[in-house]
This record gives sequence, structure tokens and C-alpha cells, in this order.
Amino acid sequence: MNHLLRGHAPITDEAWRQIDEEAKERLVPALGGRKLIDFDGPHGWHHSATDLGRTDREAKAPTKGVFLTTRRVLPLVELKTPFSLSREELADLDRGAVDADFATLDEAAHQTAVAENLAIFHGIAASGVEGICASSTHQSIPLGDNNFERYPEHIAKAIEMLLTAGIEGPYGVALSPDSYTGVVETNEGGYPLLQHMRKILDGGPLVWAPGLEGAVVASLRGGDFLFESGQDLSVGYESHDADQVNFYIEESFSFRVATPEAAVALSIAP
Amino acid sequence: MGFDQYHEPANELSPETRTRARMFASLTEEAEAIGWYDQRMSLEPDAEARAIMADAQTEEFKHFCMDLEFLLRRIPIWREIAQGVLFQSGDITELGNAAEEAADGDGGDGPPADDSANSSLGISGLKGAGL
Repeated sequence: MNHLLRGHAPITDEAWRQIDEEAKERLVPALGGRKLIDFDGPHGWHHSATDLGRTDREAKAPTKGVFLTTRRVLPLVELKTPFSLSREELADLDRGAVDADFATLDEAAHQTAVAENLAIFHGIAASGVEGICASSTHQSIPLGDNNFERYPEHIAKAIEMLLTAGIEGPYGVALSPDSYTGVVETNEGGYPLLQHMRKILDGGPLVWAPGLEGAVVASLRGGDFLFESGQDLSVGYESHDADQVNFYIEESFSFRVATPEAAVALSIAP
Repeated sequence: MGFDQYHEPANELSPETRTRARMFASLTEEAEAIGWYDQRMSLEPDAEARAIMADAQTEEFKHFCMDLEFLLRRIPIWREIAQGVLFQSGDITELGNAAEEAADGDGGDGPPADDSANSSLGISGLKGAGL
């Protein structure tokens, strides 16, 4: 058994199967960031840092004639989102109930995906994680009054900026939930805006990314945005009492931008 | 009738954990019986009685092995360690330490340092997915 302590939870294998399935169903659509970046791992829960291949030379020598350098690493961050399920509901699962109430699990899965997207796109300053938007060397494209009909124009402009910088495609677009809904629901003279954007992207993905503000156009050629997974998204057991079982969704990862010019942010902010 | 195999409230344990607890109890009983026959045979002067005891002990060997195999199949890391120790030649303590280290993933590069990857939701990379 590992640190997730799944074997200690007072639930059946069937209940675990359904919890895992529900968590995965909720997480995958919302993990917009993962759909644009390179994923490496998982390397296991013990994995604590990413090698950066760089060093810091200490100004002061420890003793005469000896240089001291320190290896630079990027520590992995851990995300942990607790949730609880009723024991009565879990017992009904084993009786064959197909309408189990997983609302707390669904919310935890969504918030976990939001946190991961935030790290990928906007970074985690306290942990040294630089997001794609913040590290981009390109001037962000203002979305202005957020007129969805102008999105193809903005995305075409972003792709031109990437090409000018020598960044090849394919390209993908991540959209905030508001922008995504607007794009899917808008027509240009009867022609779906979504189809227009797909043509511009030439088969590249258009992803829903809760947690992202505005939109991002990024190259998917590889080697630019590096996600290193320690423990991939998992459900663990925390504790239980007579009425409920307490679980959590957890993962550990680092994220770094190797090529800051490989993405352009589309910003709603004035 | 007591239920001594449980050290935690039985009604809070999953059916799978309760089954394992029964098999652990069974394994212990088989090992005790093997030991008891071992002692009886060492003192029994009647050859016919010793032969019956030896036959009974052979049954307990079989029961012990079946219980053990059941538990090893359900606890993968135990199985992994057992494979490094059982039916090997050499120093048993060294074999045990090496098997434990290999199971912990401290033996070098390669596979994940723990089995957390096996417990994950298996989502991993999604690059290129979307509308």
C-alpha cells in the first residue's frame, strides 16, 4: 500500500472503481492546460524536484582554492483537494444504485483541474512556477470588449506573431469558460464561429480551460511547455466516521516554460 | 465464539480486508499446527503414530502454502518481496534486504520510486485533445 492508504478505506472495490471513474470523467474535460503541453512522468510520489541543468556559483569560497556551486532545481508542488462521501450513499452503490450523489467529488475534481490550469497558464509565484501567459515574450493581444466575432482575427494575429518569431505549429487555443461558451454559441452570418477558428488552427485543438483568464494561443510542436508529473491525479483515503468517508484528490508536479516566445496571451484586462 | 483476527472494528472494515484477516488467521493456525506436529513427532516413540502425524503435518504444509499464495496474490508488494527471498540460494537476510530495497524502488533509476503511479486515475498526457 502507498501513502494514498486506499486499502484502509471502509469501502468495497466496486465503490473505489466508481469513485475513480467519476473523478476521471470530471477531470479530463477540465484539464485544458494538459491538452497543450508536454507531459512527462509520472515519476512517483517520492519525486521531489526537476533538474534544471544549471548551477549558482557561491561568491564566497568555502576555503582557499575551492569553488562552491549549488545545483538549481524546480521543486514539485502538491495539490490536494479534500471531499467527503456519505457512507449510506457508498452502501447504495454496492446495492447497484446508478444515481449516486457524487456532487462533492465532482466539485473537488473541478477545483483540482482549475488549480492545475492556473499553475500552467498563470503560474504559482510562491513555488517558482512561471505560467505560459506571464512568461510569454510577446505583447498580449487585447480582447477589448470581448466581441466573440473578432476571435478569429485575434487568433490569426497571434499565429502570425508566432510564425514571425520562428515558432512552428501545429497551434492550439485555450479559452476561459466564458470565451469558450461564446465561441461555441456564436455564428458569423449563419456560419459557426467554431468552424472558422478550426480552419485557422488547421486541425489544432480548441480547449476549455477553467481557471484561465482570456485565451492563449500556443505551439504544440513540442519541447516548449514542460509538465513533469510526480504522482499523477489520484484519489486517496483520509479518514472516516459513522456517517461519512473522507477522501482527497491529489497530484504532484512541476511546470516550466522552455520557450517563452512559443505562446501569445489574449487578454481581457484593459 | 470470538473474532480475534480483527484488531479494528469489524463493521468498519471492507469485505476485502475482512477476508484477508480471516486468511491471515488461517495462515497463523497452519504454521502453529506444523510446529505442534514437529514437537510431537520429536518425542513420539511409536513409529506408526509418528507416521500418522507426519501425514497430518504434510496436509498442514499444503494448507499453509495455499493460504500464503492467496495473500501474496492480493498484496502485490508482499509478492514482489517474496519472489526475491523464496526458493533462492544465498544469505537469507541479504536476500530479504535486497528484495525490500527493490520493492521500495531505491535500487536505482527506471520504474517509479513507489507504486503511486499504479493507484492513479491514469490520466497522464492529453496533448492535442479538445474540440
